[in-house]
Amino acid sequence: MDNIGLIGMVSIIMAGLTIAVGSIAPAIGEGNSVSQALKSIAQQPDEANTISRTLFVGLAMIESTAIYCFVVSMILLFANPFWNMVIG
Amino acid sequence: MNIDPSEIVYFEWGFVRITATLVFTWVTMLILAVGSYMVTRKISVEDEISEGKISKGQNILAALVETINNQIKQISRQEPGKYLPFIGTLFIFIFFANVLSIIPGYISPTGSLNTTIALSLCVFVSVPIYGISDRGIGGYLKEYIKPTFIMLPFNIISELSRTLSLAIRLYGNVMSTGIIVAILLGVIPLFFPVIIQALGLLTGVIQAYIFAILAIVYIASATENKKRKT
Repeated sequence: MDNIGLIGMVSIIMAGLTIAVGSIAPAIGEGNSVSQALKSIAQQPDEANTISRTLFVGLAMIESTAIYCFVVSMILLFANPFWNMVIG
Repeated sequence: MNIDPSEIVYFEWGFVRITATLVFTWVTMLILAVGSYMVTRKISVEDEISEGKISKGQNILAALVETINNQIKQISRQEPGKYLPFIGTLFIFIFFANVLSIIPGYISPTGSLNTTIALSLCVFVSVPIYGISDRGIGGYLKEYIKPTFIMLPFNIISELSRTLSLAIRLYGNVMSTGIIVAILLGVIPLFFPVIIQALGLLTGVIQAYIFAILAIVYIASATENKKRKT
């Protein structure tokens, strides 16, 4: 197989693997944090504002790890820097 | 498919390059500036003379400023006056850039890594500025060697990495919505892109909020003053 085909194949497989593996841990973490937040809202409904604000900030922080994986896989698919090395 | 609107170049002359990101940033700025000007041109105070006639726009803007003020006060536990212009500008710009993206033809400037890195560099620079203005150069630099001197490199690395993560978080969220809509248009063109678009609106609003909140948290951690300890 020539270089172009090899790079294309490896990029596509790795893009899929990146987002597949990289979204496992953030999903578990988000599930845990949401369930904890719901529990604490059920215990203390008065504090719902503070809890949900902290929850949103925390969720965004957790989610950003998955977003990094997404960005990497998008770069591999649509803006692959290795194409230029072969073609150029 | 392009994953960054900076790849769309409208005009190029030497090193001057007018990209879609730049143009739509200007459009957003224009909308915000003209909108605020129209509202604040005939501003009125609620008293007996005007008989409590306050225009709708003024009400909306007052409520917005009040909300941002309250949020800053709750999170930083300091007087918000100093931080309001910076944080408020960040929030309103990102908010409108994300929300306007449902208008067909509008390319959200926050979907470009250039814009988000510029915004997070603003936060990166503003943290030492607020920190030094609050507790002096010595007091600010002392934060870096807390709790021990060994933590100095880690503190510096965290300063840099949180700037990068701030930029990539916003970029990834906004860009992902656009990409997913584009992919779904090819697969299920009938109804599902609308749902994803609505989800994208929610994500955009939350991301604007998160960006502003994190900026306050970073600034507040540098300016932690005496009031909090008592």
